[in-house]
Amino acid sequence: MTAGLRSGDRVRWRGPGGDREATYITDRDGMAVLKLDSGYNLGVPAGECTFAARAPAAAPPCAAVTQDPSLPELSIISTGGTIASRIDYRTGAVTSQFSAEDILRAIPQLRTVARYRTSQIASILSENMTPSLWQDLARAVHREIGKGVQGIIVTHGTDTMAFSAAAVSFMVETPIPIIFAGAQRSADRPSSDNAMNALCSAAAAVSPLGEVAIVMHGTTSDDRCVIHRATRVRKMHTSRRDAFQSLGIPPLGTVEYPSLQVDLTGDAVRRGTAPSTLRDALEERCGLLSFHPGLSPDVIRAFTGYRGLVLAGTGLGHVSTGCVAALKALIEGGTVVVMTSQCLHGRVCDRVYDTGRDLLAAGVIEGEDMLPEVALVKLMWVLPQARDHDAVAALMGKNLRGEIRGRSLHGL
Amino acid sequence: MASDPPYVTAGIEIHQQLDTGRKLFCRCPTLLRETKEHSGEFTRFLRATESEMGEIDRAALEELKHVRRFTYYTYDTTCLVEDDEEPPQPLNPEALEIALSVAKTMGMTPVRQVHPMRKLVIDGSNTCGFQRTALVALAGRLPDGTGIETICLEEDAAQRVVEGVFSLDRLGIPLVEITTAPDMHTPEAVQATAEYIGMVLRSTGRVKRGLGTIRQDVNISIAGGARVEIKGVQELDLIAEVVRREVMRQQSLLAIRDELRARGASVERGAQDVTATAARTGSRILTKAPRVLAVPLRGFAGLVGRDIQPGRRLGSEMADYAKRCGVGGIFHTDELPAYGITAADVETLRAQAGAGEKDCLVLVAGTPDQAACAAEQVIRRAAMALEGVPEETRRMLPEGSTSYMRPLPGAARMYPETDVLPVTVDAAAWDRVPVPELLSDRAGRFVKEFGLDAGVARQIAFSERLPLFERAVAEGVNPRLAHRALIATPVELARKGTDLSRLTDDQYLAVLRAVSTGKAAKEAVPELLAALAAGKPEAEVLGSLAATLTPEELDAIVARVLKEREGFVKERGKAALGPLMGVVMAEVRGRVDGKLVSEALKRGMERVGK
Repeated sequence: MTAGLRSGDRVRWRGPGGDREATYITDRDGMAVLKLDSGYNLGVPAGECTFAARAPAAAPPCAAVTQDPSLPELSIISTGGTIASRIDYRTGAVTSQFSAEDILRAIPQLRTVARYRTSQIASILSENMTPSLWQDLARAVHREIGKGVQGIIVTHGTDTMAFSAAAVSFMVETPIPIIFAGAQRSADRPSSDNAMNALCSAAAAVSPLGEVAIVMHGTTSDDRCVIHRATRVRKMHTSRRDAFQSLGIPPLGTVEYPSLQVDLTGDAVRRGTAPSTLRDALEERCGLLSFHPGLSPDVIRAFTGYRGLVLAGTGLGHVSTGCVAALKALIEGGTVVVMTSQCLHGRVCDRVYDTGRDLLAAGVIEGEDMLPEVALVKLMWVLPQARDHDAVAALMGKNLRGEIRGRSLHGL
Repeated sequence: MASDPPYVTAGIEIHQQLDTGRKLFCRCPTLLRETKEHSGEFTRFLRATESEMGEIDRAALEELKHVRRFTYYTYDTTCLVEDDEEPPQPLNPEALEIALSVAKTMGMTPVRQVHPMRKLVIDGSNTCGFQRTALVALAGRLPDGTGIETICLEEDAAQRVVEGVFSLDRLGIPLVEITTAPDMHTPEAVQATAEYIGMVLRSTGRVKRGLGTIRQDVNISIAGGARVEIKGVQELDLIAEVVRREVMRQQSLLAIRDELRARGASVERGAQDVTATAARTGSRILTKAPRVLAVPLRGFAGLVGRDIQPGRRLGSEMADYAKRCGVGGIFHTDELPAYGITAADVETLRAQAGAGEKDCLVLVAGTPDQAACAAEQVIRRAAMALEGVPEETRRMLPEGSTSYMRPLPGAARMYPETDVLPVTVDAAAWDRVPVPELLSDRAGRFVKEFGLDAGVARQIAFSERLPLFERAVAEGVNPRLAHRALIATPVELARKGTDLSRLTDDQYLAVLRAVSTGKAAKEAVPELLAALAAGKPEAEVLGSLAATLTPEELDAIVARVLKEREGFVKERGKAALGPLMGVVMAEVRGRVDGKLVSEALKRGMERVGK
């Protein structure tokens, strides 16, 4: 029986071919999961196991990791995205590593780029991120800038990394690079993109860059990472290493691997350009709604009481004519409504067709060429600062962190 | 040498590709491709992960000595799962059923809940850096008493195109891995067991056939030696030879150890930089290398160059270890002067490195890092020679000797494949698993049912065309004719250089039907098969067959031929039959059975004789 067994305990299993010893791992679907001495796991009826011996004591700690004091200092802030992990082959458990020592032990080459201080503000899957955690993150980033580090690396799950990067980009003005990094393939696998992304992020964090960026694989190969502006980047693939793509602008630069050579374009904001400021108020009562044919106006009315709503409309920025009245009522009730496009590429223009003109007449604000989720984050950040609807509209239409391009360039 | 056979303990692992519609963890077909057909490529680095002891698995660590960028070829028949760019699909149930079927045949007990695992492999052959594998059944026994320990279902690795380049077509094809107990004690027993298990696998009718679809790993140790795993023995006929040669190698290494100890030989750390001296020799390798290091092995003279296996010396073993560092090989004084290095060069090098007549001096050349690493590896391997036989994973060379691949993997290199859910095998599912009729039993049945000769029946049962044979016989084709057309004739044609590999099952059957219905004589089968294989349209080949000759027409031709050669027939008597057969057959081939021609001729000759 498995009652009272702890993971790692030795058990005797009455299996085919006679008794054998194995390591108890866990219970699953009514079976005891055992690890045989060959390394294989298997599930067996719990009644076939009896306790043999307590789990051996944990392995002694590894040798201390030294850092080179002559190198620039970086700060690693973790939110739960796994940049390093360790496998316990005895039980098969994979644990994320957050201390500087553990990260450096897992990715020793990081020691050649910089020295590190680490902090952890959360340990969550990125789909569980919240605006209040964005605020915690922005404060932590601002605090680390104040400590005089040369750059900051934020480790983050990839699903909502772009939201968090945009949020930090609005809340924190920074003179140093703030690099978001993660991995698309789990850090326990020898092929994981974690190490290369971490190394390229460290290289970007000590580079002349001076803004918030996401640094991830540029191709499916381990050949270069791409530096993306936090307000113009999107996760465009569920699983590939090069899921992150800059939309509407070229990337800010590249980091070659394994040379770690950083190349920045002329558009990339340089180190020291901006002062360090923190403006961390966010209005959380905001929503993002993707229009689809047949969308009921009831769905729009459900946002009554919200301070802001971003629409991802069709094409140039439309919803059905039948939704216009509901939007008008919503706006008159005090909700700011901003129109973006589910096309993702290109600029909203509600002056071409009647529906668009009706939307403008109803008080909908054109979101220019902003990505829908960036417009949402920006709206959350703008609302506490603006006195009235016109002030919100003015800020939403103004480029603050590279989120809006006045001119739509060729080839993008 | 003692005449008694050495006491050897051996077990085998057999890896057999399964003939499933899809790969084990994705929906790609299990098709092998020509590498020139690849549609794209990408490159990756693999990195060993830490185990709980803060140690990297020793086999993985060995691979790290040679940090490389791996290149992978993709095809229109591979997908993002092979690229390690997408999570795996659920375990292929078809593959699991075949594995369970083999397990049932060998009297094994299935695992109630099958857990796919990740087995660390960072030689580049798996894009993930691990191979997915699951233990499916345990504890079986063959009729001769040999124990079967486990059967696992795993994904095949990517195929190496050249060093550092892999082709992804093979990655993910399902394999069963069958591990025997170490129950075998002669080279012949190892081979017989491998043959028997191969027969069981083919009996399912659901495994891939042909070179490279089955691979044997042999685990061998001798008394006083060490466990050595020899990977990738593809030809069954070589297994016994591989075992014999490994026994010889271990005995030789033990003899070398005893002699080293008797001599008081020793291995010291550290190597001498002899770059300047080496640059003055006539060896291109030594003069061009940025760094040449010399390792003096005290008391090793004559033993580094001693044969331990056909084509292999202790020096070959050291060279294998050194090659892990990226150098091409080593030089040692047991094989010098040679390669542009003169006796005088050797004396100078010996003097500089402080190596005497009783010592063997080993030279390694490369970049400073490579040379230092290679010298270290030579010293490591030399130290092992003082201990005897190292535990190793080795690779088979073409004739049956082996070279060093890596240390035996440690046990701690598996952890759960969390992206794939475990699969439960309950009693009902196990009851549904079919047990195939063994090919050996089937051969016996063919003898009884068709009155075939035992050798012929066995040839049919073990042939790749067994399913086609059974289809033909079920359609009413005479079993002897089916054997002739499907098995004997293709072998004969292949010997003459006719390639029948493009023939489809339906084309074979069309030819058999033509013969069975009297449209063609059985003598025409080779011609018809060859014509179809050459790409001639079926309608042309089978449609234009001359109508079968009537007995009267045949008699008329025979009569004419006999008349033309009347003198010859009278002169030779019965002995004229053979030559005349040839003449008549040339005229009627394909239109009448040879046996009828022979009878008609005999009758005609009797008439002439009268």
